[in-house]
Amino acid sequence: MRNFISERAQNIPPSGIRKFFDLALTMEDVISLGVGEPDFRTPWNICESSIYSIEQGVTSYTPNKGLPVLRETLSNYLNQHYNLPYSGEDEILITSGVSEALDIAIRAIVDPGDEVLIAQPSYVSYAPCVTLAGGLPVPVECTEADRFKLNPEALQEKITRKTKAVMINFPNNPTGAVMNRKDLLAIADIIIDNDLLLISDEVYAELTYEGSHVAAATVSDLWQRTITLNGFSKAYAMTGWRVGYLCAPKELCEAVLKIHQYVMLCAPVMGQVGALEAIRSAEEDKNNMVQEYRLRRNMFVAGLNRIGLPTHIPEGAFYAFPSVKDTGMSDTEFAERLLTEHQVAVVPGSVFGVGGKNNLRCAYAVSRKQLTEALGRMESFLNSL
Amino acid sequence: MQEKDLELLQILEDNSRLSAEEIATMTNLTPAEVEARVHALEAAGVIRKYTTVINWELAGNGEVSSIIELKVNPERDFGYDRIAERLSRFRQVKTLRLMTGTYDLQLLVTGKNMQEVSRFVSEHVAPMDRIRETATHIIMKSYKENGNVLFEQQEAERLPYSF
Repeated sequence: MRNFISERAQNIPPSGIRKFFDLALTMEDVISLGVGEPDFRTPWNICESSIYSIEQGVTSYTPNKGLPVLRETLSNYLNQHYNLPYSGEDEILITSGVSEALDIAIRAIVDPGDEVLIAQPSYVSYAPCVTLAGGLPVPVECTEADRFKLNPEALQEKITRKTKAVMINFPNNPTGAVMNRKDLLAIADIIIDNDLLLISDEVYAELTYEGSHVAAATVSDLWQRTITLNGFSKAYAMTGWRVGYLCAPKELCEAVLKIHQYVMLCAPVMGQVGALEAIRSAEEDKNNMVQEYRLRRNMFVAGLNRIGLPTHIPEGAFYAFPSVKDTGMSDTEFAERLLTEHQVAVVPGSVFGVGGKNNLRCAYAVSRKQLTEALGRMESFLNSL
Repeated sequence: MQEKDLELLQILEDNSRLSAEEIATMTNLTPAEVEARVHALEAAGVIRKYTTVINWELAGNGEVSSIIELKVNPERDFGYDRIAERLSRFRQVKTLRLMTGTYDLQLLVTGKNMQEVSRFVSEHVAPMDRIRETATHIIMKSYKENGNVLFEQQEAERLPYSF
């Protein structure tokens, strides 16, 4: 029999974490800091409105772009909160999570052979999505010395005649790094001068702890060449609902919509109804969660530094990214031994591409009690070395 | 009130047993600063008491709680204040509020059993001057107290790893 697996599928690397995943499932009493999702339940008013809509028979397809009322409400929200002027009519597309948005955005812009620069460490799907679209992912390393921000010189260095787009994600998963307006201005010039497109994944925007989030599209003249991605998963603890959105100037948005209508048709209507309720009346729930993350962050990062794992203060998202360089171990070895010997699950930084090989991603989206227990176990591990 | 003080109050309202050191690491204050702010909030009467949320049904002491609504004729010059102060002195009255609506005062009263509660109402509350009418509601079961859910909730299962 022939090998039916396409070369493209064969060429995608398997998940760097599979081994850990299987190991953790066989173990008892594991504290997992490996989870990229909130530990809160979705605020009840959101659940309730979705349940009610199902009872009312709201179970059909929606327009491809998403419910008009959701797009309109979102348009106002983005304008008020981030100064982002996207029209609900034709510049916002509701997707099945940011994951889908990312995939179809890349497919809409990448031709075979195009190079896409990815600020790394980055979310694990960026590079495979570029590969699947026939493009070439090119990592740009964000270093600890730069507090994991995207350095303009490092970006400039990687640009070739084939470069088409730049992908960034700030606040960042896995580093928690944030780019302020000044930082973004420095890369905006390069992007504009080289006539590149920017894909900015801002799914952690609401989880910004120092000052307020700056949307990349509001910086300099980036708007017309930026695709902004965002979603409800992280801010409103709605990961399982699968609702995200993509915003871009009309022509770009229409190109992406063509792909969306064939591959997804529309995002699930129950999720869209919940998302509408989230924007309309879950602001306080969101703020309470953000405040709790902030307290945990302060406590956890202080703890990591105290036990001897140097950690920069993450200004956004819910990840700490401690360095294990001083232990002499690789990130993978450290993570594996920490899991098997002390039952704490963390993700080795190298899973997220270049720039993360000396670090661990520790999600502090777990209770303070668990964080304290995890710190204790990590300290025991370090003392046993 | 300062933002830091509000933050401290929210932390303490959720868990008043945290040490000054623990609170300090969460709020980027020093333990001494935490203590000074907490003392000031105590002195100002903002922090009244450190207490515990108990599910008495589980503790099984058999106490009975009831909500009692009172219609009251307000007093010239004092309104409801004097009678409310008088009522609040009773040990049995755990909570006392002035309300809008059909009734004026709302009391939360606890007692060892139903007889004790009804005796308290009929002998001490109802006969008071200026009280026109009482309505007593026995609490059958409490599902949530001061923001704390008292029934068992299933833990949501999360995968050990996700990106």
